[in-house]
Amino acid sequence: MAGVGSACLTIGLFAALYAAGASVYGALNRRREWVSSGRRAIYCLAALCLVAFAILEAAFLRTDLSFALVAEGSSTDTPTFYKVTALWATQDGSLLLWATLLSLFSSAVLFLTRRTLRDIAPWATAVLGVVAAFFLLLMVGWENPFGTLAVAPQEGAGLNPLLRHPAMMIHPPMLYTGYVGFSIPFAFAVGALITRRTGADWIRATRRFALVAWTFLGTGIMLGALWSYTELGWGGYWAWDPVENASLMPWLVGTAFIHSIMVQEKRGLLKVWNVSLICATFVLALLGTFLVRSGILESIHAFGASTIGVQFLLFIATVIAASAALILWRLPDLRSEAKLDSLVSREAFFLLNNLVLVGLCLVILWGTFFPLISEALTGTEESVGPPWFNRLTTPLALALVLLTGIGPVLAWRKVTPSALRRILLVPVAATLAALAGLLAFTNAADSPASLAMFCFVAFVLTVVAQEFWRGASARRTMTGEAWPRALARLLGRNRRRYGGYLVHAGIAVLFLGVAASSAFLEQRDVRLSPGDSFEIDGYQVTYREATARLGGDSSGTGAPIAFGAVLDVRKDGKHFTLRPSRNFYSSADPSLGTISRFFEGEATSEVDVRWGLRKDLWLAVRPDISALEKPIAEADAKFADTPGDVQALIIAALAERYRNDPPPAAFRAIASPLVAWIWIGGAIAVLGALVAMWPTPEARLRRVRAIYSARLGKELSRA
Amino acid sequence: MDPSRKRKLRLVIFLAAALLLATALVYTSFSASTEASKPSEVQPGQSYEMTGKVVNDSIERDGDELRFRVRDRDGTESVAVLYSGVVPDPFREGREVIVEGELKKGTFVAERDSLVTKCPSKFTKEKEGQSS
Repeated sequence: MAGVGSACLTIGLFAALYAAGASVYGALNRRREWVSSGRRAIYCLAALCLVAFAILEAAFLRTDLSFALVAEGSSTDTPTFYKVTALWATQDGSLLLWATLLSLFSSAVLFLTRRTLRDIAPWATAVLGVVAAFFLLLMVGWENPFGTLAVAPQEGAGLNPLLRHPAMMIHPPMLYTGYVGFSIPFAFAVGALITRRTGADWIRATRRFALVAWTFLGTGIMLGALWSYTELGWGGYWAWDPVENASLMPWLVGTAFIHSIMVQEKRGLLKVWNVSLICATFVLALLGTFLVRSGILESIHAFGASTIGVQFLLFIATVIAASAALILWRLPDLRSEAKLDSLVSREAFFLLNNLVLVGLCLVILWGTFFPLISEALTGTEESVGPPWFNRLTTPLALALVLLTGIGPVLAWRKVTPSALRRILLVPVAATLAALAGLLAFTNAADSPASLAMFCFVAFVLTVVAQEFWRGASARRTMTGEAWPRALARLLGRNRRRYGGYLVHAGIAVLFLGVAASSAFLEQRDVRLSPGDSFEIDGYQVTYREATARLGGDSSGTGAPIAFGAVLDVRKDGKHFTLRPSRNFYSSADPSLGTISRFFEGEATSEVDVRWGLRKDLWLAVRPDISALEKPIAEADAKFADTPGDVQALIIAALAERYRNDPPPAAFRAIASPLVAWIWIGGAIAVLGALVAMWPTPEARLRRVRAIYSARLGKELSRA
Repeated sequence: MDPSRKRKLRLVIFLAAALLLATALVYTSFSASTEASKPSEVQPGQSYEMTGKVVNDSIERDGDELRFRVRDRDGTESVAVLYSGVVPDPFREGREVIVEGELKKGTFVAERDSLVTKCPSKFTKEKEGQSS
């Protein structure tokens, strides 16, 4: 089967190159059949990638250890759920996922535009074909996911324990879908530039793809934060790690893009800016893919030495150079159709929000690459930490949230002072009320930045609520509908607008969580013996007993040994139990003793979180197994060549010993306020984005009519 | 004001803002950064972000404190580290770690919670992680 997979990739490479060549030839010579043939080659590529993906996934599911990739990243005792995810936990497998998603997205967009955009589409096909060819070339030439082992090993290495978290099932595919999705508008932008069709056609055709990409990328980032919070054992959700930054940067520029294209659609402005933004987004998406694989920056996601760093850099450099040249070449065709009338207008505020977003991205880009920059400038490698990022991004984030409230309610072109007063009266009043309330009843003033953020969030939420109220009451006066129905209809009939408002509300809520949890969390590190207790933020936490479980922990990660703790928590007469634990995975290192091998492999914290709308209590335990070191060493010496079942008995005895006479264990407890709202806000934003991208009935009707009239035209011309 | 002057003014304001941001970026990053170094390079009297490998058989736990030695990635020179705070999950002998702190009386006294372990990433082959 591995041979079939390899063949699929090789044929796919040729299909991608053919697609690029045929569509360019067809476009230059006005031969429509060649263009169609190129498009069909992309469909064919998608089919080939799917077959390859299915073969590899099947190999993972049945743990075919003759596949090198399966032997490296999976094992027979890996739970089935994680066997599925193990495919994209490997370098080669994740490249295949990239290529597969790209070919599917490309096929979808080319299918949808097959009867429209006859000029631009062939060039977009060519661009997508070249990008796909690059990824296939990487796999065919250097990182073949279908490499086989001459002698299949008895057992695979297993999936890295840190990646055994439910979010890992969807987090990487979501990020990749986001990265890949932005290649669609990029390809069409290039097509528009080449054909000088720089109007809003390419934007209308790909706007929804940009929105889909944006949503997926955002969801992926949110899930990554959740993974960090609940799996990594340090209690934070964002560390300004290079790989995290790499995913945030294209998202920020992509956000700027989906705003500024509205200005081009409505007013014919910002054309150069839009094509530059989408090129930058695509380059940053490639950079994100590259950073995870290159090892050029120190990161917690440390990277293995990779063989494809140079190829990636060359490709990124080519894309940058080619896009810049193309934009400069077509500069005369990118003149604005109108002028900015007033600085108090929606387009002006969209421009401002764009500048803030791009500014944020530049700050993060600078900080991420600072080790390389400083080494180039001063000769010593220096780095900036989270405090630097926080200090610079906080003011920009504040400005961004404020703009989130103001931008969408301003009219296009020009806003009169009286209209401005009417729009902003209630929100400003609400903001001031929130400020007064926060100062009077909370200690929010301890952190001025957070206080400002709370006020701005109140402002945004009031603006959005006011817009919904206005729209719904207008419907009510006209149609006499009841409130819920009026609201639902309002949302359904103006999906882009009100979906967008929902996204803004979600982002505001997200920042509420960030501001509260970053400034007002309480954290304690303690060492406790059973019976001891400590207090954190009003919670009385008592270490009741130690636990030791063998074979199968509660969260289904497949860890052989889990030592943990049961803690009773009391607050205000309420009572609940937390059960954090630590999983121990066995090591494959043959130099270790038969028993110590079980404790010397990876170990991961399985934290327990009591989620709450007002406050989370987060608890991690680090059992001290040094007390077991002596008996483990003795067992190593005594039972050097015992069969598996006897080993199991010894491990059970050791676990028993830990349970009955546990040494003091180290605990980290974090009480962070409102942190759950980060993910609630994220979910609201995703919901809003779904509403905004869902095709409206009118649009569907228009499309059906267009197809019908095109057909009619064809018939008539034939007749 | 006539339109062309207005445009010029806008451009100047915009460029000034951009310049200001750029200066802030450069200035703050150079003043807030910590030097990255290898164990063989650290000197007393300055704080460093030290990267190296944990020496085999050097980890000792002493109550809340953790003592271990870190050596150059490709070398044998090593320095003793005194660390307190949370130890990341993938921390092991032989693993590459990054720790922030200052050299005091021959011991690298690390800042609380500053230890970062480069985890054997999803893209590292498992075997490499263990043989190193």
